[in-house]
Amino acid sequence: APQSLDKEYVGFATLPNQVHRKSVKKGFDFTLLVAGESGLGKSTLVNSLFLTDLHKDRKLLNAEERINQTVEITKHTVDIEEKGVKLKLTIVDTPGFGDAVNNTECWKPITDYIDQQFEQYFRDESGLNRKNIQDNRVHCCLYFIPPFGHGLRPVDVQFMKALMEKVNVVPLISKADCLTPGEMKKMKDRVREETDKYGLKVYQFPDCDSDEDEEFKQQDRELKESTPFAVIGSNTVVEARGQRVRGRLYPWGIVEVENPSHCDFVKLRNMLIRTHMHDLKDITCDVHYENYRAQCIQQMTSKLTQDNRVESPIPILPLSTPDVETEKLIKMKDEELRRMQEMLQKMQQQMHEQDL
Amino acid sequence: MAATDVDVFSNEEKRSLSLGGHVGFDSLPHQLVSKSVTQGFCFNILCVGETGIGKSTLMNTLFNTMFENEEASHYQNGVYLRPRTYDLQESNVHLKLTIVDTVGFGDQINKEDSYRPIVDYIDTQFENYLQEELKIKRSLFNYHDTRIHICLYFISPTGHSLKSLDLVTMKKLDSKVNIIPIIAKADTISKSELHKFKIKIMSELVSNGVQIYQFPTDDEAVTEINSSMNAHLPFAVVGSIEEVKVGNKMVRARQYPWGVVQVENESHCDFVKLREMLIRVNMEDLREQTHARHYELYRRCKLEEMGFKDTDPDSQPFSLQETYEAKRKEFLSDLQRKEEEMRQMFVNKVKETEAELKEKERELHDKFEQLKRMHQEEKRKVEEKRRDLEEEMNAFNRRKVAAETLSLSQPLKKDKDKKN
Repeated sequence: APQSLDKEYVGFATLPNQVHRKSVKKGFDFTLLVAGESGLGKSTLVNSLFLTDLHKDRKLLNAEERINQTVEITKHTVDIEEKGVKLKLTIVDTPGFGDAVNNTECWKPITDYIDQQFEQYFRDESGLNRKNIQDNRVHCCLYFIPPFGHGLRPVDVQFMKALMEKVNVVPLISKADCLTPGEMKKMKDRVREETDKYGLKVYQFPDCDSDEDEEFKQQDRELKESTPFAVIGSNTVVEARGQRVRGRLYPWGIVEVENPSHCDFVKLRNMLIRTHMHDLKDITCDVHYENYRAQCIQQMTSKLTQDNRVESPIPILPLSTPDVETEKLIKMKDEELRRMQEMLQKMQQQMHEQDL
Repeated sequence: MAATDVDVFSNEEKRSLSLGGHVGFDSLPHQLVSKSVTQGFCFNILCVGETGIGKSTLMNTLFNTMFENEEASHYQNGVYLRPRTYDLQESNVHLKLTIVDTVGFGDQINKEDSYRPIVDYIDTQFENYLQEELKIKRSLFNYHDTRIHICLYFISPTGHSLKSLDLVTMKKLDSKVNIIPIIAKADTISKSELHKFKIKIMSELVSNGVQIYQFPTDDEAVTEINSSMNAHLPFAVVGSIEEVKVGNKMVRARQYPWGVVQVENESHCDFVKLREMLIRVNMEDLREQTHARHYELYRRCKLEEMGFKDTDPDSQPFSLQETYEAKRKEFLSDLQRKEEEMRQMFVNKVKETEAELKEKERELHDKFEQLKRMHQEEKRKVEEKRRDLEEEMNAFNRRKVAAETLSLSQPLKKDKDKKN
């Protein structure tokens, strides 16, 4: 025992603390896109999630004005702080989605916006001065499915198809206080079925490590099985069971937003903010952004090889097009190698036979 | 009696007399009632709303029975109407109920034409009735009236306002059918939100000129209840066929973890009001309105389209008979003219073809003549040549003979010379 005490202590076990300290100093940012028809409780949910009032005095359009409405993109940025940790939260709203009578390609402004943010980041990243890059890329998209139908509708399927390669899509069943527990289970099963059927790739929770304890694994399993989350939001505080909680007051009872037997709000909040926020950001950077970047570069190089006089819009390293001469050399060398390998094998065999 | 009758007899004096005893014609309403009960009643409801909004469930709840219904899919290419007719009986009253469902409404990405199948269906039912009315041998008493008496428009409980599709569709339907807008799945809206929502919806309907059905307030028996109900529109309804135990009774309700929504509890939703208004108080008025207002409008438009008018240029009332006769004559003469034209055309064509054929014949003949002449020419030439040849032959023969005789006579001459 005294030996372990004498063992020299290097000290890199403090790295996590250093990372923690630096990240607190630097602060975090997160961009959340909310999409869905109007009247499904998007703004209320965002307010409930971040316990702020982001949408004061907004003007809702009349039905008449909405007949030919186009989709707008609006951004709200707030700085919130909790226990010294600063978060710059950007909520991107999409008023008008699915509200017009003809909604053909109503998701186009949204995909364009996401692409624009990627492009902006791409330019910044390839620029000369990279000290203060602003990351406006969309990290997560909450898509609100109406609970009044029998599952996904054509517009839902089309939207998710258009966005699944560009952003992490988290589908939610909105206004969950419309469905009894039995109906809710049916609806979730339906949505999961249809998600598989139409090949929609929604955000998947990463599997937990096999060395985690059983309780954590159980929680993780439950979390995964209750997707898509059925949520309820509320801007008002009501008195329920002796406590003041966020909820909705009905003549027949009180719906509590944070009661796990009423809806999945707590699960969503935990997932989105408390456990998987960073994972969402990572996937956006490592998968969606990289896909975009690779596509972009491919397009540009194909254009370059077609026409050498075209100036590339941004400075990129010149890709060395393989020389024809060197290719031949390589091929020759390959051939030689192969022949030598064959000879070697033969000799080995001979030796083996001799031994026998 | 009808308004027109009063106008006609207005110059005649109507005197009210008092009766000396009980005559008994106060049983007329009873006779009417027993006749209509024997005949049976017919009622047609059109339910317009998005897939899954609760149309079938509400019908089941309203009529306390399970109408067969499969769940519709969201992926229909267009809207189509599905009418189903049922025979119901309560006490000794028979009701032939037709429920028309709009399948696929609100599911398409482009909903610009969603209203059209609905409007077409309503018009078709009017058309069928009109055709029956205009028949020479008609049996209206026996006719199964399929005209829509009431359209229940299901509004999605967003809590904000009407959807753009709702506004557009209701505008197209309000002149053709009685519309009662209802807020579906109302157990998702709290009381304060509901109040605001109802006001917003009504104001939107009014500002866009959409005419919804007003419960009639001219009959003193029902005026009070109807006018108070008018203020509650649109009705916020909840439907359920499942029963839950509340207290010591089984009531139709929806059971949530936070409470039980009772369908027939007036403080929970307006289902009772809807049932009262739709079935128990105003069903007959709805049928009347459909016939007297919407159908008449359709009929007038249709007939005007066909060219009928009520008064001719001299402002003398036309009778339908005369107009009909005139139209018929016109039509027949039209037909005759067309026939003539066609015959003319046929005759002309025949002539043309004949002429063509003759032309061709002549050409052929000419050719034949020409060929014959050529042939004769050739023959003549050949003949000539032959004659020439013959002549030459003859000439040659003569010369030959001459030469021969000359040669014969020559040696004689020599002999002669020798002798000499």
